[in-house]
Amino acid sequence: MSESNKAANTVAAAAVARYRNNFLKEVEERVEDGDMVKMCMQCGVCAGSCPLGPHWEHSPQKIFMMIRAGKRDEVLSSDSMWMCTSCYNCIVRCPRQLPITHIMHGLAHYANRLGMVPKGQPTRDIAKLFWDNLLKTGRVNELKFSLAMYFKDGFVQGIKNALAMQGIGLSLMKAKRLSPMEIIGGHKCKDQSGIQKMIAKAREIEDRRRGALA
Amino acid sequence: MVAYVCAGCGLGDTLDLKQTEKVAQKEGKMQAVKRHDFLCSAEGVQMIQGDIDNDGVTHVMIAACSRRAKTEAFNFPGVAMSRANLREGVLWVVAEGGDHDEVRQEMADDYVRMSCAELKRMKVPAGNPDADTSKRILVVGGGVTGLTAAIEAAETGYDVVLVEKTAALGGWAAKLWKRVPFRQPYADPQPTGVAELIARVVGNSRITVHLNSTIAETAGAPGRFKIKVAQESGAITEETVGAIVQASGFNTYDMAKLPELGGGKPNVVDQAGLETLAVSANGGAIKRADGREVKSVVFVQCAGQRDEEGASGGVHLPYCSGHCCATSIKQAMYFKDANPEVDTVVMFTDLRVPGMAEDFYRSAQQKGVTFTKGKASKVESTDAGCQVHFRDLILDEDASIGADLVVLATGQVPNSGVNIELVEEAEGEKKGAPEAEAAVKPISILNLTYRQGKDLPQLKHGLNDSHFICFPYETRRTGIYAAGPVRRPMDMLQATDDATGATLKAVQAVENAAVGRAAHPRSGDLSYPIVRLEGCTQCKRCTVECPFGAIDEDEKRFPVFNQARCRRCGTCMGACPVRVISFENYSVDTVGMQIKAVDMPDEFSERPRILILACENDAYPALDMAGLSRTEYSAFVRVIPVRCLGSVNTIWVTDALNSGYDGVMMMGCKKGDDYQCHFVKGSELAHYRMSKTDDTLKQLGLEKERVMSFEVAITDSQKVAALINDYAAKIKEIGMSPLKGF
Ligand code: SF4
Ligand code: SF4
Ligand code: SF4
Repeated sequence: MSESNKAANTVAAAAVARYRNNFLKEVEERVEDGDMVKMCMQCGVCAGSCPLGPHWEHSPQKIFMMIRAGKRDEVLSSDSMWMCTSCYNCIVRCPRQLPITHIMHGLAHYANRLGMVPKGQPTRDIAKLFWDNLLKTGRVNELKFSLAMYFKDGFVQGIKNALAMQGIGLSLMKAKRLSPMEIIGGHKCKDQSGIQKMIAKAREIEDRRRGALA
Repeated sequence: MVAYVCAGCGLGDTLDLKQTEKVAQKEGKMQAVKRHDFLCSAEGVQMIQGDIDNDGVTHVMIAACSRRAKTEAFNFPGVAMSRANLREGVLWVVAEGGDHDEVRQEMADDYVRMSCAELKRMKVPAGNPDADTSKRILVVGGGVTGLTAAIEAAETGYDVVLVEKTAALGGWAAKLWKRVPFRQPYADPQPTGVAELIARVVGNSRITVHLNSTIAETAGAPGRFKIKVAQESGAITEETVGAIVQASGFNTYDMAKLPELGGGKPNVVDQAGLETLAVSANGGAIKRADGREVKSVVFVQCAGQRDEEGASGGVHLPYCSGHCCATSIKQAMYFKDANPEVDTVVMFTDLRVPGMAEDFYRSAQQKGVTFTKGKASKVESTDAGCQVHFRDLILDEDASIGADLVVLATGQVPNSGVNIELVEEAEGEKKGAPEAEAAVKPISILNLTYRQGKDLPQLKHGLNDSHFICFPYETRRTGIYAAGPVRRPMDMLQATDDATGATLKAVQAVENAAVGRAAHPRSGDLSYPIVRLEGCTQCKRCTVECPFGAIDEDEKRFPVFNQARCRRCGTCMGACPVRVISFENYSVDTVGMQIKAVDMPDEFSERPRILILACENDAYPALDMAGLSRTEYSAFVRVIPVRCLGSVNTIWVTDALNSGYDGVMMMGCKKGDDYQCHFVKGSELAHYRMSKTDDTLKQLGLEKERVMSFEVAITDSQKVAALINDYAAKIKEIGMSPLKGF
């Protein structure tokens, strides 16, 4: 986490009081589509529509209520928004037309930037591996990405995972969807540093827009 | 007396009309019988009209379709008419072929016999001697409802007397800062417009306004109400009016009864209290009583309302007042519009925003009003203001929130005057029960001189009675219409609509009264109850049971009928044990003779006869509808429409059983609190009276299933056929009546 992010975090946290609008305002300003949270009418249709619903701690309905209740820590360190599979059931059904899926991702993203995601959250870890992998060469290296995933929980578990997935790997190779040569270098885009600069600039703009660098 | 038989609609092909005609002539004693292939055609109608005009026919019997069909064609004012229902009642409900043909013909012949018998006892109503012609309208209450009623009546061309008990017009609405929007885009509070409304009323030359006044006495009947208006000073003005709109409004539920929610503590107000603060803020920042600017406010919805906890109900208002959610939304906007930084929380269990208020709700969310689904349990005073403890119903946990000001959304309590039923009970119990006496304490609004009590009867929760589905403004006092929150809780917009509706009813009432016609639901009926006082035993049943308080008592305790108050339901006729009450076109005889006219097969014929007394408002149409959809039912029934089950005199039932009927079905509307009876109490009274026929049945040695009552709604066309068939099966099971042929 950058210094500026940390600072923003503490300032915001201090100002948040229970059942005041402060956290709601923070979400409105800094989370993608966060300005729609206030329009939820607590009907519960999203909670009932979400295929993952029974498996998470907080349904979208609850998350929105928690935001309004000023439960900043509980929301941002919640596991729930990471579980969203982007099925869009909730968006289709919400009578108030909240872009729920986008807000879920927005919240996850915001929590990540503030470093408040629970340790070992698998969705977050995989996303991180994917992102780092992509940033290196500008293209995803499937082989390295798969291996990184297998070994993320240690060497022994990695071997086990690799053996379990062996069949699929071989089939992919036969179908020319996976090349063993990727392990050395692999394919990349022409202007790697250009890509990296572009991403860095995008992040800067995003940070400014979300007020994290005020 | 002429019978007209129609051969159209398949009647001629299926029935033996020659036989039917013979019955009309020989047994029905009609002076002439005429057949037409298409009686409701211009030619057929012309034939009848010609006979009336040229041959002096005064009584017409039409054997064709139901009395509810072709009413425009068969409309002969000035003559008595009866109709044998051969189409919906026979042709369409009994199968063809085999045995059916015979029983069907028997059914048709019986209906013709019955119609002839009825006709013979009918007279053409001569018109109402009680008619009087004051067409002025009294409006009681000068709030938005009363003002609207007054202006609507005046602009329709009727003079108005408006009585307001306070010194100013406008009522609650005049105390509001703004009102919930009633126009596009339903986004912001709107000016109330009350001042303009008052100006229109005051400036209208048709309207006489009495301020600081109450009604000391209301005597008379529609068309001739004599009103004593009492000024605060004690002076009395007499006014004569034709109809009354009672718009006596509401009071707010006393928040002192809600100490747990902070009622009575500093920095806790009700919605009316908040309006006062908003008016003094005049669009600026709203300040508390102690002068501090409010930075955070919590609205507690349903405070002292919807209280149904426990088996015996809660201690507060059991109902929802309907307007308070939108009102709180509006008030939250007062804060947000003055200063968007103010924290406004609306704490609700269900947010009820009917109509376009849903848009208003969204607008409040856009403005940043926070809506929290929770139930407040306690409001405490703190140094800064208040602390609201509540259960968060989404997160399912106890929580609390601080606020500079708490607003309690308490509900509306109707100003409906005295609960006349409790008065009666209290008097009955010799002023015994203290609760009953406490509950009658309210001051009467109308001070009616009616025998049945001073005010409009109440249905539930002190709200003035109305038949909310079919005729919302009707009360149980003819010519007096309740409008606005006294009738049911409502907001300004609904009150405005309500006032308009009630005013139109009042206009109808004065017009009907002027020509001696009945009001809804027998609108246009010129008959009225005629009583042979020589036979009256002063039993008081009619004066007590009349659902509309139409009958007073004279000094000798004889009933005094006020025709203009009467709805022509016949409940008095059904009540009278010595049968001295009748109408010119509907009496103990017109029905009794129909019952006796039916040809009774003997005990061994296996052809039972079941009498159906069907309410003409719902059950009879349902039977017609069954015919319309060709739903078959037993051909052993003989249906007689009655004005209301309340008009059923037990003598009919006894006579029917004595003359050999195997069963009697009584079909009426739903009774009870959510009654559907068009005459309010009719079906209930009938049910009560019939519960006493068990003794009669025992005396006659009959099973109690031989007389049964059923609730039938107008939509029950399928159910009604099933009821008949089940009952016919039951009669078959218990066997034929042993009383035939005596
Ligand atoms: S999009 Fe996400 S939050 Fe919405 S229903 Fe699907 S999984 Fe649930
Ligand atoms: S469906 Fe929409 S309005 Fe309903 S609870 Fe979910 S987000 Fe709120
Ligand atoms: S009981 Fe019915 S018919 Fe009789 S006086 Fe009352 S309203 Fe009229």
